[in-house]
Amino acid sequence: MALLDVCGISDWVKEDTFNPESASVDRVNHFNFAAREPELAVPIGVDPAEFLKPLTESEDGVEGVKIKLEHGTTTLAFKFQHGVMVAVDSRASAGSYVSTQMFKKVIEINPYLLGTMSGSAADCVYWERVLAKECRIYKLRNKERISVSAASKLLANMVANYRGMGLSMGTMICGWDKKGPGLYYVDEDGLRLSGNMFSTGSGNPYAYGVMDSGYRFDLTVPEAYDLAQRAIFHATHRDAYSGGTVNMYHIKESGWIKVSQEDVGDLYHRFAAEKK
Amino acid sequence: MMISAQNYGDKMKEYHYTGPVEHKFSPYAFNGGTVLAVAGDDFAIVASDTRLSEGYAIHSRDSPKCYKLTDTTVLGCSGFHGDCLTLTKIIEARLKMYKHSNNKSMTSGAIAAMLSTILYGRRFFPYYVYNIIGGLDEEGRGAVYSFDPVGSYQRDSYKAGGSASAMLQPLLDNQIGFKNMEKVEQVPLSLEKAEQLIKDVFISAAERDVYTGDALKLCIVTKEGIREEIMPLRKD
Repeated sequence: MALLDVCGISDWVKEDTFNPESASVDRVNHFNFAAREPELAVPIGVDPAEFLKPLTESEDGVEGVKIKLEHGTTTLAFKFQHGVMVAVDSRASAGSYVSTQMFKKVIEINPYLLGTMSGSAADCVYWERVLAKECRIYKLRNKERISVSAASKLLANMVANYRGMGLSMGTMICGWDKKGPGLYYVDEDGLRLSGNMFSTGSGNPYAYGVMDSGYRFDLTVPEAYDLAQRAIFHATHRDAYSGGTVNMYHIKESGWIKVSQEDVGDLYHRFAAEKK
Repeated sequence: MMISAQNYGDKMKEYHYTGPVEHKFSPYAFNGGTVLAVAGDDFAIVASDTRLSEGYAIHSRDSPKCYKLTDTTVLGCSGFHGDCLTLTKIIEARLKMYKHSNNKSMTSGAIAAMLSTILYGRRFFPYYVYNIIGGLDEEGRGAVYSFDPVGSYQRDSYKAGGSASAMLQPLLDNQIGFKNMEKVEQVPLSLEKAEQLIKDVFISAAERDVYTGDALKLCIVTKEGIREEIMPLRKD
């Protein structure tokens, strides 16, 4: 329970008669359905990454069974004098099928912290939700907000435990804390980098090209909005796995605001009209 | 160009591997089926076909894929039938546990969040099930939540899943989402229009997808409760 976790009592109170430590890693525990301690089941005797690879990645799967997992694609974030800009596309594809054009790739962890998602949708959604829980518990225990650096470190350490098992996650943790604007890139190997500008996903080369050519630290707010939007738009134009709408957020000292959500089709006509 | 029977036999020997072959046990099978859910202002409809197949065989013509979870929520699952059964058993147990601890039924949004974590608990050995939840949210508005096999989920207003999903989804995008149409009046979807649209859409799916057919089961969720309706489809 959350209250027990906050007080730190759950470390020495054994709620269930079934002892969690003796539950083996490779058997799904049906007695408590993983309701108290989150457990991830692993197939017996096989390397999990090797087990999943033929099912998810090969052309026809295994004996006709192909498990298609949703993947997400172009995201970017950069720091500038007025805070942090975050922009993402909204296409989620399962193999070559577009499963949705309206996927939310920015997770609102709390009013001053955002996490972006690229790679496997389920991995990002799950681990960033666990991160949101940990940030909340931190705030309750310490009576102050967690820093962007600490939040990104928590996430990096959580996924580093599953290194080599086939997780796919490239995320940026963005926010504003006591030290000012913060931007960290975290990926599935546990790599954690601080920086001024990142872009992830299959469309990131295109986004970097546009961002690098227009970026200055002293951009004005409207210029920054325009740059972020254009970078994602150009990535969706050239990358098959990116598309849908461009969702933009701006993180200021008072927290984040959602700037806009525009369909790339409308953006295309707007930019084309400008050229004339 | 014709080749003689002699040459054909020789050619086949080049392509046919005749040594020992390793056969591994695959824990999964594909049992077919299509599920669809639509949310309106004050209703939600979850529909599925009732055919259970495996390869070229049809195991059953009366195996619906909609499972009633609470008075306001229905779950549709298609994919591997064994995993669908186990998953629904686990969900029903967790619903009961929640009811006993919290003295109230789970809301649709809560069930969706719980299903996401149950599915992710098997990230390295997934449940081969494509889930769609349809129901009413706390304000009485229709809600649809669609999932991938490992728990990524989103709230939508309509979604098709299963073997004929790629055929049905574009049609729903056009008729319910008014996508790719210009200068159309965007009327909100009424219950009668939604029911008729779903029936038409499944009739089309049964024509062109071999794994979909036999009968269509509709579960219509409104504040009065859940009404079920069965309509026959092509049996070939």
